[in-house]
Amino acid sequence: MDNDEAFDKFKQCAVEVLQVEPEKVVLDARFGDDLDADSLDLVELVMALEESFDITVDESELEGVTTIKQAFELVTSKL
Amino acid sequence: MTVRGCAMTGWGTALPERVVTNADIMTLFDTSDEWIVERSGISTRRAAAGPFVADTPPHHPPAGLGTTGQLAVAAGREAMAAAGVDGSGIGLVILCTTTPDQLIPASSAAVSSALGIAGGAMDLNAACAGFTYGLVTASGMVSAGVDRVLLIGAETLTRATNWDDRTNAFLFGDGAGAVVVEATPGETSLLGWDLGVDGSQVSILYADHGSGMVMKGQEVFRRAVRATVASAGLSLERAKVGVDDIALFVPHQANIRIMDAVADRLGLPKEKIASVIDHTGNTSSASIPLALVDAAQSGRLVDGDLILLAGFGAGMTWASAVWRWGH
Repeated sequence: MDNDEAFDKFKQCAVEVLQVEPEKVVLDARFGDDLDADSLDLVELVMALEESFDITVDESELEGVTTIKQAFELVTSKL
Repeated sequence: MTVRGCAMTGWGTALPERVVTNADIMTLFDTSDEWIVERSGISTRRAAAGPFVADTPPHHPPAGLGTTGQLAVAAGREAMAAAGVDGSGIGLVILCTTTPDQLIPASSAAVSSALGIAGGAMDLNAACAGFTYGLVTASGMVSAGVDRVLLIGAETLTRATNWDDRTNAFLFGDGAGAVVVEATPGETSLLGWDLGVDGSQVSILYADHGSGMVMKGQEVFRRAVRATVASAGLSLERAKVGVDDIALFVPHQANIRIMDAVADRLGLPKEKIASVIDHTGNTSSASIPLALVDAAQSGRLVDGDLILLAGFGAGMTWASAVWRWGH
């Protein structure tokens, strides 16, 4: 899977779980301020990403993750 | 072989009088009504254990519903009256609770005496999965020959709450719900069930003796959703029914977000969820009977309806069952 394919898949999860417009899911978008996502939304997003990408993300790895870019890099580091 | 079925023939609930609002919670730490409602769906909860922690003196003693045992008796009495049975007709009391009134003895002992019950009594602690564990156990005891089991879920979780913890103190409440599980001719109402536990996960949700609950909420959320969905799937499979056959989904009332996430993953529309969490909070073992009885009393159930019960809790424990309503 190349980077663009991975991001498309990532975006699809974010759109479904966070119920936001696809064009809002850009690398520098912040979960709280730009996407109106709270901590439980993030947990649900991580669950969807785990299932979609067949990866495992520990709770501790989510500390400090506040933007789409950080979350996407966390996912791709596991592929 | 004679088939010995079982059915719920009476039900009741009890909630303490003291209503704790989100405004009350806001006196304890920095939070807001909007923040709490958005993350949990909870507007109010009830507190049994005397005055609420933020109440100003003078403190009056709780009026009759201040302990797990008192709540259990009140709910149990209502269930027995609805079933038209007195204490001599109950062969076993199962009190599901994770907040018993004392370490020794089991709280069910005093509850049984207060209700004039002639049979045996025991506590069952499977945390928030407790009532569903209890329902499976009660059905088994009916199969083994007990004519009527009084099954109660009762909690005073506000006594086990860490009121300084802004991440979860707003979640918990007190209350009780009870049903009479009775032998009936014919098929059993328990069509499929699943009980489970993963003791390696103690550290994400626990309370030591004399201290408040510690909960890693996000980790619990994730495991709760997955464990409940998997368990419910097994119960449906064992009952040989599909999710579309379910008339009412009664999940453990932990948090509206978990309840919605589970229903969504199971393919159940939100209208089929039984929910009382907005005014009860998370009452652990009491939450499923509180929601079930509320649905029954508001006419949402007719004989023959299939109900899916599913809970999860500290342990982590999980339990689910497919139950046919009516008899």
